Amino acid sequence: MEQDFSMLDAIIGKYRNRSGILIPLLQDVQQTLGYLSKDAMRYLAEQMQIPAADIYGVATFYSMFKLKPQGKHIIRVCKGTACHVSDADGIKDALRNELGLEGEEDTTADMKFTLLEVACLGCCSLAPVIMVDDTTFGKLTPDSIKGILQRYAYEEEA
Amino acid sequence: MIDLVESYRQGKLPEANVILAEQHEGRHNELLAGQYRIVLRNCGVIDPKSIEDYEAQGGYSALKKALTMQPEEIVEEVKASGLRGRGGAGFSTGLKWSFAARAKGSKKYVVCNADEGDPGAFMDRSTLEGDPHNVIEGMIIGAYAMGADEGYIYCRAEYPMAIHHLRIAIEAAEIKGYLGRNIMGTGFNFELHIKEGAGAFVCGEETALMQSIEGKRGMPTIRPPFPAESGLWGCPTNINNVETWANITWIINNGSTEFRKIGTDKSPGTKVFALAGKIAGSGLIEVPMGIPIRDIIYKVGGGMKTEKPFKAVQMGGPSGGCIPASLLDTIVDYDSINATGAIMGSGGMVVMDSGTCMVDVARFFLNFTQNESCGKCTFCRIGTRRMLEILTRITEGKGEAEDIVKLEELATNIIKGSLCGLGQTAPNPVLTTLRYFKDEYLAHIEEKRCPAGVCTSLLRYEVIADKCVGCTACARKCPVSCISGSVKQAHVIDQDKCIKCGACFKACKFEAISKG
Repeated sequence: MEQDFSMLDAIIGKYRNRSGILIPLLQDVQQTLGYLSKDAMRYLAEQMQIPAADIYGVATFYSMFKLKPQGKHIIRVCKGTACHVSDADGIKDALRNELGLEGEEDTTADMKFTLLEVACLGCCSLAPVIMVDDTTFGKLTPDSIKGILQRYAYEEEA
Repeated sequence: MIDLVESYRQGKLPEANVILAEQHEGRHNELLAGQYRIVLRNCGVIDPKSIEDYEAQGGYSALKKALTMQPEEIVEEVKASGLRGRGGAGFSTGLKWSFAARAKGSKKYVVCNADEGDPGAFMDRSTLEGDPHNVIEGMIIGAYAMGADEGYIYCRAEYPMAIHHLRIAIEAAEIKGYLGRNIMGTGFNFELHIKEGAGAFVCGEETALMQSIEGKRGMPTIRPPFPAESGLWGCPTNINNVETWANITWIINNGSTEFRKIGTDKSPGTKVFALAGKIAGSGLIEVPMGIPIRDIIYKVGGGMKTEKPFKAVQMGGPSGGCIPASLLDTIVDYDSINATGAIMGSGGMVVMDSGTCMVDVARFFLNFTQNESCGKCTFCRIGTRRMLEILTRITEGKGEAEDIVKLEELATNIIKGSLCGLGQTAPNPVLTTLRYFKDEYLAHIEEKRCPAGVCTSLLRYEVIADKCVGCTACARKCPVSCISGSVKQAHVIDQDKCIKCGACFKACKFEAISKG
């Protein structure tokens, strides 16, 4: 609890004494920190005079909020109906395999990629679809995964 | 079209808001013949970021007309049009408006539900991306009719382009004086905000959506009180879906009589569908109510994608059901679709062919609803989990004879014991597949066989000795080394060791491995 969260004070200032702001507040904090740590949520609770349980309750309810550090690139595998019937599972397996993720892991050890499943990206006519950060890739086959990941693997050190 | 060019420029793949006709230029006329555009009339035609483009198509003329009418007149006009809520349940929009209009209170809200969460649906996304002003204008008219001075558009954060276009549109409308204080000199004030959803399917339910706007966990509350009496922050509130709002301007401009000429008597107007799955022409379509499902798939949608035959069409997402080939002549209206056990829903239509396993589809939807259950009602929270366990067991070949009865029993109780639409409709995908595809369940349970060849645990890979040339390609690819045989001799798969990964099936160039 010794961590310094003073960088959140500007955000807190923006939302103080306003109602219905918990979700956008947490979105801004997550944008700054990358995820919502328990300590950060405790700090917010103290500063905003909101029970920590309320903050934790909202943070765990919505899938947008992340309670663990996330990789640099977020890969979202669409699990919508159209993708499901077009072998989204095969795409997911190819991604896990290529990223070397095992068991319950969702983030690579080098913190470059986090793999998430989403209910539907709303691009059903391109099924099966993944989104890497804000870019959509559609009509995929398990074989096309490697090439997509390579685009992101090299850029880093440059 | 402009978005398409822009997304290419940014190095992205085209977004899904490309309307169907554009994907099939050559067959343009044939595919458009069965369509009738009210909601999508401007999508792909105008630049959604230009208010001038929208005005050039007659935009904001409905608002001008509405402001010369009495609020009650507008409510009556919407009531007379017979417009029914396009979010899926099909309640009369005019009647809903009259409740909010009559409710006492100096502060009222109107809300647009753009939390399109059904997997397989993208109508609202495309409408907001392609013609945001039409939705905004509808909301301003609604606010005037019901006496509201503040509104929210609750949009999924997964739709960044829709949010972006809405922001531009709201700002432009404010500058032009269509939004804000003293709108067009009438003294009517209306302020409109965008609220980004944070990712919870249940927030599509109206009471949960309001909890979420208030910054709380999006859990449904008991009705009554209905939102029309006590909604956002305790004030009378009217919530409609994107597509419902998008019908309003047309109705005001053309009148309820004209609207009633389209569609059927009990379900007037059109319906937007998102065609996806194993269909040749996937994309957005808008068809008059009353059209048979067969025409949607084989005429408007251009038929099946491959040679595999049609098996079912899934309508209504996780709350809906699968309609089999024998019911393809069912017409599209709220009551006819409900009679099949599916629901109209918001408009997702996922076409499935013989390569789709219906037990797997039911398990897929249950997995979704079980994940998205907010946990408030025990039947929904635990009941869906028990159903999912049974379905998973069946797809893994561990199904038992009494499982079907157990599923039916759980389904009945979940429907009875849940507070909101999510729980009340969650068993529908299981009930409809049980009704129309019971033989598939039985094949899984009794014969331990998946007729569609989808459920991995039930698959059996075998070498067809006559076709095998003994090239050893399969044996080299097998990750568990369970294929034996010498060069130029027929190989054999050890079924006890086989993990059914399918690597041998893919590796064989002689079609000498059977899967079934």
